[in-house]
Amino acid sequence: MSAATVPFDVIIAGAGHNGLVCAATLARAGRRVLVLEAGATVGGCAVTREFAPGFRVSAGAHLLHQMPAGLIDELGLAAHGLEFAATGLPTTALAAGAAPLEIGDAAALARRSAADARAWPLYDARLRRFARLLHGLLAAPAPRLGSDAWSDRLALGKLGLKLRLLGKRDMREFLRVIGMNAYDLVTDEFESPLLKGALSLDAVLGTNFGPRAPGTVLTLLYRLAAESAAGPRALAQPKGGMGAVSQALARAATAAGATIRTAAPVARIAVREDRAAGVVLESGEELAAGTVISNADAKTTFLKLLGPEYLDTGFVRRVDHFRSRGVTAKLHLAVDRLPAFGGASPRALGGRLLVAPSADYVERAWNHSKYLEWSAQPALEITLPTVHDPALAPAGRHVLSAIVQYAPFAPEGGWQAQKPLFLEAVLGVLEAHAPGLRDSILAAELSTPADLEREFRMSGGHWHHGDLAFDQFYMVRPVPGAAQHSTPLAGLYLCGASCHPGGGVMGIAGRNAAHRVLAEAAR
Amino acid sequence: MAAASQRRHDVIVIGAGHNGLVAACYMARAGLDVLVLERNDYIGGAAVSRKLYEDFTYSNCSYVCSLLRPEIMRTLELPRFGLQIIPYEGGCTMMRDGGHLALYDNHDALRRELSRHSKRDAEAYDRFSRDIIRQCKFIKPLLMREPPDPTSFKPRDLMELLYLGQRLYNVGEQRMYDTIRFWTMSAADFLDEYFESEIVKAHFSGSSIIGTALGPRSPGSAYVLLHHYMGDIDETVGAWGFARGGMGAVTAALAGSLQASGGSVRTAAPVEQVLIRNGRARGVVLASGEEIEANTVVSNMDVKRTFLKAVAPEHLPEDFLTAVGRFKIRGSSGKLNIALDGLPTFPAIPAGAPCIRGDMHITDTIAMMERAYDDWKEGRWSAAPYVDMLVPSQIDPTMAPDGKHYMSVFVQYCPYELADGPWTDAKRQAFGATVIDAIARQSPDFKSLIRHAEIRTPWDIENEVGLTEGNIFQGELTMDQLLFNRPVPGYAQYRTPVRGLYLSGSSTHPGGGVMGAPGANAARRVLADLGRGDTR
Repeated sequence: MSAATVPFDVIIAGAGHNGLVCAATLARAGRRVLVLEAGATVGGCAVTREFAPGFRVSAGAHLLHQMPAGLIDELGLAAHGLEFAATGLPTTALAAGAAPLEIGDAAALARRSAADARAWPLYDARLRRFARLLHGLLAAPAPRLGSDAWSDRLALGKLGLKLRLLGKRDMREFLRVIGMNAYDLVTDEFESPLLKGALSLDAVLGTNFGPRAPGTVLTLLYRLAAESAAGPRALAQPKGGMGAVSQALARAATAAGATIRTAAPVARIAVREDRAAGVVLESGEELAAGTVISNADAKTTFLKLLGPEYLDTGFVRRVDHFRSRGVTAKLHLAVDRLPAFGGASPRALGGRLLVAPSADYVERAWNHSKYLEWSAQPALEITLPTVHDPALAPAGRHVLSAIVQYAPFAPEGGWQAQKPLFLEAVLGVLEAHAPGLRDSILAAELSTPADLEREFRMSGGHWHHGDLAFDQFYMVRPVPGAAQHSTPLAGLYLCGASCHPGGGVMGIAGRNAAHRVLAEAAR
Repeated sequence: MAAASQRRHDVIVIGAGHNGLVAACYMARAGLDVLVLERNDYIGGAAVSRKLYEDFTYSNCSYVCSLLRPEIMRTLELPRFGLQIIPYEGGCTMMRDGGHLALYDNHDALRRELSRHSKRDAEAYDRFSRDIIRQCKFIKPLLMREPPDPTSFKPRDLMELLYLGQRLYNVGEQRMYDTIRFWTMSAADFLDEYFESEIVKAHFSGSSIIGTALGPRSPGSAYVLLHHYMGDIDETVGAWGFARGGMGAVTAALAGSLQASGGSVRTAAPVEQVLIRNGRARGVVLASGEEIEANTVVSNMDVKRTFLKAVAPEHLPEDFLTAVGRFKIRGSSGKLNIALDGLPTFPAIPAGAPCIRGDMHITDTIAMMERAYDDWKEGRWSAAPYVDMLVPSQIDPTMAPDGKHYMSVFVQYCPYELADGPWTDAKRQAFGATVIDAIARQSPDFKSLIRHAEIRTPWDIENEVGLTEGNIFQGELTMDQLLFNRPVPGYAQYRTPVRGLYLSGSSTHPGGGVMGAPGANAARRVLADLGRGDTR
């Protein structure tokens, strides 16, 4: 077909935040872009929906802390209606029946441990220096190893240079800690269990590891790196929930000329003469385009939408082994009053509340998931979005949104039977930290990884499409041969969290995928 | 030996473990006057043969030989000094349901055995061993080289970095990615890429936890697995064997080779302090107060013992001391040495199967290993421990009287510090009973055959051998403690902050196992610094 008869240059399967960033970037570059979303609304994991009559919540991610400030400005999201209910939110570690600890509050830390108060500023400053280095690596596309392309050599050279520029002392420390586990790192530095617990949880949020697993310092730094790029906004709560981010992205894309169709699930990627030629919808409708970009995860893209028959066995095997089984559940509570988390200040209640009383607590919570059990004592990241955004609930009522670890994708006995028991365990932990909470519950919704897979069409229901670990990171993410957004099939690209730099509502993968497509067209 | 204290030696080596002796041999061969000081009244460190009960010989620490570098064996003429390695056929894992998986050297036999459990796994095995051998071939040349300091601009370091880069580059793009992944992933994930059968995965993941405070699900454990495949006997990669007469034969041969080249060993001479004058090592002070002078001191003790016990802190930079304090040397292994009235029967193994002469295991799932690791994390010995058991007396009759047998049982996991307070004799006995019961579940007559059992906890190993926390590798083999990070970033080249003081033990690159590479590399570094040859 000649370009004239084809209405679109690019079809993007999936209107998750990365798909939308990719669409906006390509449309702004003059490409004719069609975005196809299976769900009724755009946003994928960054979405706001009603979970109980009159109560709305960010059904997936519930805070915006990783999208680079530069990207938000580049796409003019403010102009497209993105507002923040709150920014610079604090993180507070809760202790059942004891005073909570706001992370970074020197005075509060000093009251617990003088040694920790002395160690903190040095530790924090050092990790932020490392995080800045890592961010350079997250923002740029992953180079290929051993290729003769100067761009790849330059990228690796830059990385080496940045390392050198850390200076001897920092470089040595960086090369040591980067391979360490978070448990040892925080145990070497601090004595306060509450602090160590909170830092441990940050290191493992959204990944199938405990804090004792080597490589969890990488995930801790990953989080810091993305946050440092978010600039002064840091931990932010979009007005109207995370869905507002996706809505703004969608407006930015359409304003730039992209077309977005919802309720249009892609059944498969059409292949003609060994290259992607468009997509076929579940309705049977065929849509042609010379370039197809998948916002879906690697497994869905290659094994379902494309099909192994177009790929060589080694590649299929690698995709098959991409670890994409989530261990993170999401809890939504509608409550008739603001939960009374013991000793937490109003400021703290508006921010991130962590239930991770010690590093061992988090490690023990993980132990269960190794045996396909849910954590008897789960670790939690809690937000009360209605504190800053009352419109999400009826007057005087509140919403509690919590990320819960660990919940295996397929527990022994099946979720059918296990879910009520798991909900009980989670509510038990919450009640211990906010006495009386149970009596205030009007409605409860618990999404297990299996539910998340169904709702967001992510295989394994994994937040990041796949574990963040050295063996699934940078030039080997999601798998060698597809780590630079292009795939073994000409004309097919990946733009989702399966790509470097991975998950979190960041948008970098979407933007880098767009630039990749533009660069290849330019050749 | 008063004479020794009058003479100033060229080099004193602290500790007659295998690496100390290897280092001593290389230096003596280069014409240096070398004295090795050993605190015990016997040499060998963790490579010893001990007669602790009647006429039974126990390899009561390390128990099999594989990693010892062939080039060291050749150069130091160890066979000439009595070292004889007897290879054994691969072992087996017995299953709780009465089944078993045996490993054979014969390729067809092995395939038949694997396909009994899974046809797919039998197919996958060739890919598995090919990839392992590929990785080992990549790593091996690095074992006998000094790791570069990536922060340095010295030509030597830049050249070495270039060499590493070149080696990596030369394996080709796909292999490079494999290497990155294998070095960082968990053994469980690594094995999942090849095998589907639980028992096959359980058997192969064993070597990923031996001596390590990690579980098979911990990232980095795939490297530990590779590390154990690094040995080669008669050039067959990953082959294992017994030293005839026990592991003491290795260190005895080394001592013989040392004496032949003019070096000497003095036992029952525990070193208290390294003698340091104007920032330079000048010798050592023994516990007896005796001072022995030397121009160079090589410590074969682990990095913590050397710098936290034998060197006064005022001689060391604060950063260095902090780093040494944070170096992870974790006790996670125990050992039982058992004198038997006869060969135990294992109903799970078919009568006459050769695997009873190899390494035998009773852990048939990876989950079982993870649970054993969970116990360690909580400060308990594993309720259902992973054991690596061998009966060397079947192949080497010198180990036990006629008709009797010696069984070596390596146990993972056993903590150095128990959650419920210090080790007592009662707890040691309870630990031993846990292990014996676990074995007895696969061998009805095992208990009745036991004449004597030596039970060693990490605490015992530390006290008898001197290894901190009884860690067999003198430090965890994790990403943050390998290559240029081992033992301390900036001091990975066998030198230390004290001029004239060097490290030669497994705390240094490339780490543990009866390999000898750290000792050889350390000797080369000393000789280079003395202007007697370069470090390659």
